Amino acid sequence: MTPSVVLVTGVGRFLGGQLAARLATNPAIERVLGVDTVPPPRELLSRMGRAEFVRADIRNPLIAKVIAQAGVDTVVHASLSARPGSAGGRSVLKEMNVIGTLQLLAACQQAPTVRRLVLKSTTAVYGSSSRDPAIFTESMTPNDLPPGGYAKDAAEIEGYLRGFARRRPDVSVTVLRFANFIGPRIDTVFTRYFALPVVPTVLGYDARVQLLHEEDGVAVLERAASLDLPGVFNVAADGVLLLSQAIRRAGRVPLPIPTVAVGTVGRLFRGARLVDFSPEQMRLLNFGRVVDSTRLREQFGFTPRWTTRQAFDDYVHGRALRPVLDARRFGTLERGVLAAARALR
Amino acid sequence: MRPPPRDAGRRGRAAGDAEGEGAGSDARIIPLHADESRGRTRWRLDRGGPAHPAPPPELPMTEPEPGGEPEPGAEQPPAWEQTLIDALAFARRRLAGDYTVDEFGFDTDLTESLLLPALRPLYQRWFRVQPIGLHHVPSEGGALVVANHSGTLPLDALMLAVALHDDHPAGRHLRMLAADLVFRAPVIGALARKQGGTLACNPDAERLLAAGELVGVWPEGFKGIGKSFRDRYKLQRFGRGGFVSAALRTGVPIIPCAVVGAEETYPKIGDITPLARLLGVPYVPVTPTFPLLGPLGLIPLPSKWYIEFGEPIRTGDLGPDAADDPMTVFNLNDQVRETIQHTLYRLLSQRRNAFQG
Repeated sequence: MTPSVVLVTGVGRFLGGQLAARLATNPAIERVLGVDTVPPPRELLSRMGRAEFVRADIRNPLIAKVIAQAGVDTVVHASLSARPGSAGGRSVLKEMNVIGTLQLLAACQQAPTVRRLVLKSTTAVYGSSSRDPAIFTESMTPNDLPPGGYAKDAAEIEGYLRGFARRRPDVSVTVLRFANFIGPRIDTVFTRYFALPVVPTVLGYDARVQLLHEEDGVAVLERAASLDLPGVFNVAADGVLLLSQAIRRAGRVPLPIPTVAVGTVGRLFRGARLVDFSPEQMRLLNFGRVVDSTRLREQFGFTPRWTTRQAFDDYVHGRALRPVLDARRFGTLERGVLAAARALR
Repeated sequence: MRPPPRDAGRRGRAAGDAEGEGAGSDARIIPLHADESRGRTRWRLDRGGPAHPAPPPELPMTEPEPGGEPEPGAEQPPAWEQTLIDALAFARRRLAGDYTVDEFGFDTDLTESLLLPALRPLYQRWFRVQPIGLHHVPSEGGALVVANHSGTLPLDALMLAVALHDDHPAGRHLRMLAADLVFRAPVIGALARKQGGTLACNPDAERLLAAGELVGVWPEGFKGIGKSFRDRYKLQRFGRGGFVSAALRTGVPIIPCAVVGAEETYPKIGDITPLARLLGVPYVPVTPTFPLLGPLGLIPLPSKWYIEFGEPIRTGDLGPDAADDPMTVFNLNDQVRETIQHTLYRLLSQRRNAFQG
């Protein structure tokens, strides 16, 4: 069944805004409401078409009024954020994520019109450690519960959502656990990280990195908003890149840092406003994380168009990242050495 | 690559020998250094020629810059030039990140171009590893190789991987299951994943087996590899049968594998327990050479190795439900353990001494 009134949270940022814009082009949908504390950037706003922007804080009970008055039947909660920079500090971020979701769920529980709820979650809920299986399926729980930060927030939010689903069994609940996004337009910790000319890594570790192209992310959210597909789904592209390999593909120079100094360097980068890695994302740089997306393909009916490698290459080309270390220059050197070898023969 | 018939013949012969001294194998106690004269003649006759064909005239892969330039005197020019071309192409692929890893982090390019060539001299020259019964390992499809673990450092796992890649006609890659400690360790953990290893847990094992990979498991774990030299070739506790249930669920054969020779590489005669606790490792070994000679103590003793693969134990007929029957699992677990222990004793009884085989 096609929804008639959709509410999207987090439209001030890429995914929410793009989703609202896409849903607005669907004539079957009556109204698209976009909620955020900050208005979307102008170019995004222009693309959002007939979607309405409601400047509201989901931590405020006002959100309940918005849902009730508009007769919202589908809620896409896409405002979960891992980036404290935009929200202003880690405690504010946590409050936005956790308290905001609690308010939103409370409002949805009160609204009899709500029929479908989609949560943009993250694969960070699986944690990242040496004691974990190489590939996570949806039924696995982490060995080491995420110690804090975004991962813990997401795990808590999923818990609240399960509670909501019990209290409102008539609402179809979809949880989408997204891998790290990458792409030419989205702004995430990862896109900033790989744009650094010298990329700090953890000495002696090479994480497996699984990504998802921004367009695939929007397409998955759109599908979840338009169709009844309840359940928990890992959303990640096919294939894996090693962190060192990704850095090379972007033409960056890796800078391995001993584990003892990682914390200090992390703080330094945060202070310099270069990249704001939270501690659990630092752990991701140690061990990486790969999830099984069979359920997405078979039950959800979506196959990501970009593989991890293609998505990453698209990001590198789309951002026009100038390689600091050019592999092509090595090709010239290689030909030279081989010519010299032939001369020696 | 040796043709299978020769291999099969050797194995048949060895089995016949075992029957000849059946009393010993029944009692399951075979003195480790008994009857040298008998053992000597037998193996002497058995070994027609060198255990290995001469290693290919291949230079070790190194970085292409100055060190990679092979001396012009080595072999014919085209051979070294080919090596140079390969080495440069490899370096370019690495520099551009132009290679593929699977979802477990297995880096085929690195393994074949760098890691296996680095282990090859150890395999061919130092330990003179002689694989037996490789025809028991299927050329395609999933299979679980279960081996004894010994030698303080897991050289036995690495040599097993070289044996299956270099001497098996299908050139199979062994996907090893390792303890979490390995993956926690810097450098070693990253290398273990690139070499095809993953965490020893049922989800990973079953995923690999279902994908038709050849998986290697050492159920003794640290108890086996870190046992004292006094207990050499005595199998330790064999876990809770997790590997058996993985094989049952995926219906793949279990191939028992006995490695002889690894125990003598680093004879562990002591253990610095306080230091091990401090470092958070299972043991800090004392060998005749290790803390005494410093880094020189890391050179393994050049023992002669035999790796024998036994008859595969089929699990397909039992069905995946058998994995939930503890009795079936324990019985299979015991069967595999007994098979490996018997093979170890038989190989030992046929060996003259640890260094000449």
